[in-house]
This record gives sequence, C-alpha cells and structure tokens, in this order.
Amino acid sequence: MLSREAERIYWMGRYLERAEDMSRLVNVNALLLLDLPGGVSVGWKPLVSITASEPLFSDRYGEATERNVIRFLVSDQGNPGSILSALSQARENARTIRDIIPREAWEEVNNIYLHAKEDMHSGLSKRGRNVYLTSIIRRSQLITGLLAGTMTHNYAYDFLKLGRNLERADMTSRIVDIRSQNLLNEPEESLRPFENIQWMSVLKSLSGYQMYRQHVRGPVRGADVIHFLFKHEQFPRSIYHCVSEVAGCLRRLPRNEDPMKTLNRLRRAVRNTNPEDLPAEGLTRYIDKIQRVFNRFHQDIQATYFSITS
Amino acid sequence: MGKDGIRWKPYESPGFFDELIKGKGRIRYGARPLCRYLSRLSTDEVGRRKAAADLAIHTMGITFRVYSDKTGSIDREWPFDIIPRIIPRSEWERIREGLTQRVRALNLFINDLYHGQKIVKDKVFPETVLQESKNFRKICMGVNPPLGVWAHICGSDLVRDSDGTMYVLEDNLRVPSGVSYMLENRQIMKRVFPEMFEAYDIDPVDDYALQLQQCLASLSPRNVRNPEIVVLTPGIYNSAYFEHSYLAQQMGAELVEGADLFVGSDDVVYMRTVEGPKRVDVIYRRIDDLFLDPEAFHPDSMLGVCGLVRSWKKGKVALANAPGAGVADDKVVYAYVPEVIRYYLGEDPLIPNVPTYLCFDRKQREHVIQNLDKLVVKPANESGGYGMLIGPHATQKERNHFARLIRRDPRNYIAQPLLGISTTPTLVGDRAEPRHVDLRPFILSGKEMFVTQGGLTRVALRKGSTVVNSSQGGGSKDTWIVGRKGL
Repeated sequence: MLSREAERIYWMGRYLERAEDMSRLVNVNALLLLDLPGGVSVGWKPLVSITASEPLFSDRYGEATERNVIRFLVSDQGNPGSILSALSQARENARTIRDIIPREAWEEVNNIYLHAKEDMHSGLSKRGRNVYLTSIIRRSQLITGLLAGTMTHNYAYDFLKLGRNLERADMTSRIVDIRSQNLLNEPEESLRPFENIQWMSVLKSLSGYQMYRQHVRGPVRGADVIHFLFKHEQFPRSIYHCVSEVAGCLRRLPRNEDPMKTLNRLRRAVRNTNPEDLPAEGLTRYIDKIQRVFNRFHQDIQATYFSITS
Repeated sequence: MGKDGIRWKPYESPGFFDELIKGKGRIRYGARPLCRYLSRLSTDEVGRRKAAADLAIHTMGITFRVYSDKTGSIDREWPFDIIPRIIPRSEWERIREGLTQRVRALNLFINDLYHGQKIVKDKVFPETVLQESKNFRKICMGVNPPLGVWAHICGSDLVRDSDGTMYVLEDNLRVPSGVSYMLENRQIMKRVFPEMFEAYDIDPVDDYALQLQQCLASLSPRNVRNPEIVVLTPGIYNSAYFEHSYLAQQMGAELVEGADLFVGSDDVVYMRTVEGPKRVDVIYRRIDDLFLDPEAFHPDSMLGVCGLVRSWKKGKVALANAPGAGVADDKVVYAYVPEVIRYYLGEDPLIPNVPTYLCFDRKQREHVIQNLDKLVVKPANESGGYGMLIGPHATQKERNHFARLIRRDPRNYIAQPLLGISTTPTLVGDRAEPRHVDLRPFILSGKEMFVTQGGLTRVALRKGSTVVNSSQGGGSKDTWIVGRKGL
C-alpha cells in the first residue's frame, strides 16, 4: 500500500470522527443548557476550550455567546476544527483515494459534506439544530458501517480505524478534562444541585449514558463516570477501548516497532492509573500527559508510514 | 412513425463513404445481420436498449473528469452510441499489418535519431526538420532503452476517405489515451446486444490489459518473475484519470503520483509504501516528457520525480513511452513516415499517409498559399484540433491570416487536402443518421508487437461535424472486427 494512500485514509477516518464527535458535543450542550436554570448556566465557553481554540475564537468573535460559539463550531470554515471544516477535509482526503474505498462510501462522504453545507442555516437555528446535528452523526455512522461491511479489511482499513480511534480517544480525554474542571473544582454553590445532570450530559456527549446505566447501577457519580470513560474495556468510546483498537490495527501493520513502543507507554498509562482517584489538579496533569503521548504516537505513525524519505 | 425500428431505405450519406450502408438501403456485407436486426426492433425496444446502455455507463462509472471548484470534480458520463461500427476481418488484417509495419519503422527511426542519425546523413530526412522539432530531446542522445524500443504504446488515428481508402492521419507516440473506453464500450455492448454476439463472430478486445502488462514486463531492467510495474498519473484532476486508474486496476499495478516515488542514491526508483521503500522496475507514465523530472526538464514541475531520467538513462528503470519518443509525433515528421518505412524496412507502406505539403519547402509553401481554399492547414505540434484552418469553410480574411502565419513560421505548418471522412449510422432520437467517425487502434511494442482488434471509434455527434474529441462534442462506439460466420 502506498504511503500517500495510507495517510489519506487515516485522515479521512480522523476528520469524520471529529465531525461526528463535535456534532454530539454541541447537541448535548444545547440540550443541557435547556435543563439548567438561567443565570447558573455553564454556558458555551467550555466547548471552545475543549477544542483548544480559545485564541482563534476570541480573534474571530470575542464574546462566547451561544450564537457565536455555535457558528464557530458548526459552520465556520475559518476554524479548522469546525464540523464543516472537518467534513470538507474528510471529503478532500476521500476524493483522492476513491480507488481504495468502496464507491458507495465515497458517495456518502461526499453527501455528508454537501448536506452539512446546504443545510447549514438550519444547523445554526435553535429549532433546526438538533435535527441537523443528529443527521450528521447518523450519516457518519452510516459511513462507518458501510466501510466495515463492504471494504476489505486490509492495511487501508487498519489505517482508517487507527485514525478514527485515535481521534475518538483524544476527544474523550478532552471532554473529561474540561468538564471535570468545572465539576471537580469546588463547583459553584448554585450549580451543585445540578451536578448529576451535568455528569449525565458528559456521558451523553459520548453516547455513553445508556451503556453506563447498564454498567453502573445507582446514582451518576463523577468518579464512576470518569472511571467508565477511561477504563471500561468494552465501551467503544472509552479511552481504554480506543487504545486497544489502535493496538489491534497496529499489530497487523508492518514495521510497527516504533509506534508500538509509544503505544505500549500509552496502554500502561491507561491501565495503571485510576484517574477517578486523582485530585482535580492531578487529573488535569494526567490527561495532559496522555494527550502528549497521543501526539507522540501520531508523529510515530507519520514518520514510520507516511513520510518515507530516501 | 413509432412502431417500426430503424429503417435503412431513407438513410443516405451523400458524398461520403458510409461504414455500414452503401446507399439506397443497400447494406454492406459485414453489417447485414446487425442492420436487419435493428430494423426488426420496435422503436420502443431501441429506446430500451439505449436506456440499458446509459444505465450500464452509469453503474460501471465510466466517466471522464472535469474539475470545477464549486462542485468539486464532475464526472461526466461518456457519450456512447449503441450502433457499432463494423469492419470485416479480412480488411482489418491488412490494416493490422500496416500498423505493425509503421510502428516498427517509427521505433527504428527514433532510435536512429538518438544515435548515429544515419537517416539524416543519407539525406532521407532533412537535418533542419530535426533541429527544429519541439519534441526532440537532446538529453536522450546515446540512450539505449530496453529492446531498443522507444514508443511502446502508440495510438494511430485512421480515417477513411470518400473513395473508401483508409489513411493514417496521425501517430500519437507520447501518451495516447482512449483505450479504456474501447474496453468499456465492449462491456456495454455485451450487456445491451448479447444476441448479436451469438449471431456474429466478433473478435474479443478484453485481453488488452494483459497484453499491456506483458509488454511492460518485458522492459524490466531486473530479470525477476514479477517486475514491479506502476502507472504514473498526474493525479485525479487529469481528464484521463479514469483511464489511468482503470488500467492500473486491470493490470494489478499500483497507481502512483510523482510524490509517491523517489530516486535513491543508488539511482534506483522506489515507491513509498507502508512497508517501506519498494523498488520500481517499469513506469507506464501518463505525464508528458517535460513534467516527468524537474532535474532533467521543467525545474518547477510538481508532477514529476526528481532524478527519474537519470535513473532511466542508467538502465535502472524502464519508462514507457521513453522520453523523446514524441519526436516522431509531429506533423512535419509525419510527412516523412512513408520514406522512413522504405528506408528502414525496405518495404512500401501498407497504409498510405494523407498527402501532406510541408510549408518550410518553398515550392510546396507557394502551392499551399495559392490553394488555401482547398486545403486544411495544421500547426505541426498541436493536438486536439486546435489552431487549424479548414480552407474550404473559412473566410477570405481567415485565409489571409493563415497565409501570414505560414510565411512567418513555415516550419510550424503543414497542409493537407480536405478529406471526406467516412460516416456511420448513429442513433439520433429513434432514427439512424450518418455521423463522421475516425478510428484509434493501439499498437504495443515490447518483446513482441500487438495491435488491438479494432480500436476506439470516435464519432462526431453533431450533424456535419468532423470533430471527434470528447471535449468538443464527440462520443464513441464499439468497433467490431467480424469474421465470416453468420454473414
């Protein structure tokens, strides 16, 4: 398999996942805010923090109003992390590997972008938002299913899954990081009664609420949620699970020694730490650390497979 | 109207040779079963066959690509006509021999031009023509490509004049395209008229990719069982990308872009794969010479591979076609091909050239300028029908303009009589009407030579037009080389 093709399918996987995750995040936050009494709300700023794009945001918009943040995260093509930008990137990457992915998958990737673009105004409106974001999530899932069911599970497919799971693990860690800062750092008095529904919304932004309920009976507690999202072995959006999936893909790839070393570091870091026992500050440091390893891992993949030089 | 199928009685193509119909409803020998069959189909049924062909084109994804910024790349579906063009095998055999003869001579000619230039010393081919050839590459002097072959894939355009004679109109020795459409057209016809394939004895064309693969493999510098062959494409925005990708798939070869390859310090070409660098033996390049290698040609080319020509000159990789092969693909050089055949092979050409006047020759130039109203003037190095004067259809002002152009740069112009290019029945609505066609067979030269059975028939879909290029309203048809069975 050509390095160029591997790189493009990897990025297609990452960008599609990014668009899907971002859609879920925006949608869940909007729904959460409807449940919180006015004046005590956490607002929209944390979403900008999750995508680590505060400077860009304040340059372009200034105040973190609902309207501004949604525009920034959904449709702003000047924000490389927006849903529309991610879908556009996914499509550009898919376009160049049309010989590798099944034809229907290319068509769906093309469609999801065109849909996101054409229906943008409803995505930005309060009433249309839910339908718009849900349909992006569904279409992204459709592509995932199409690829799983019709594409040969070869190197190309491994690179796709590798990109997807790395992006997903990264997003899970960001969401926990930002949300837990609000919730664990002596929450404001006025918000304390709503701690429960906020942790529920964290789970929902990862489509994890129902699965969490099957796993943990009793109240939704922060520590249990954090444990679930980091260490549950079977929940497909937990960091542990994503990292195991990445390991499975990597094991099938040739010349995997360097990335495997980094990945093993990551797996040890996930296995040997119980993040729910850490104090708020320690949790942040821990998440910073695993994010650095994610990055390092990406660089290893890049150096090993994508930029082969003479 | 309505109920009957295609009626041949009223079909006329006055002044032209028609490939299927002699006139007044008389059908040519090879076309009888087809024409009778079509006349028995109801109009509705003809419409259904046409729809079936369109559907096949859609589902097979046969397209040529046009890029637009707004909607991304647009894949336009390939315009296809369901009435095939038919050539009896006995006639084709002679054309095939003629093409083989021609390409053999052209390869000897190119090889001579890059070595001793005997043909120039013997005054058969003028030195000035060579010196002013835009496609002569000095850098290729003295290079010995594998088997001494330079033009491995040649697409020669044939046209038939009103008296029925087939002429070679031009030879494409750089990166000829269209073969994938020839292959796909056959796939479509098998779906649309399966019964005709039972009734007739039609030569198959499907083995082209296999033949191409063998031809390319025979050029491998390494004596290995399965040499690594790649197809080098300028990328997805190229209009022939569909063909590049199709041929790569059919040959089981990797489809690569310039950035996928690099030349190592050992002058060997490698491709970047997830398994690490992998040696490449043969490159079927679909990029023009000048973009092939920024080290040897255009320094700012983003499409090529730095050092590729160096590697080729050292014999570490084979390039098909070889750089510099286009020297024989020039309308002035074309005029000398009959002499080239006699010179190298000692044989008379089996397929004639269209008579060609060379404007750099004073006497011929004056003849051309006096007779601009009867001639077609073409620039020597353009393709795709650009920059031409069709004298009989032009205004006096246009003719005067061309007279000035010719005097200013005589080497760059040739003139030919206006041929009455043949027509063939083409479906227009629910009737058959005559439309002009040409034919592009493909000739492969490796260890052995191979000619496609038939080739790509291109058809000018606009009434009266002779422009067959797909970018300018052209379409295509399946071409049947038929034996005697069923006739």
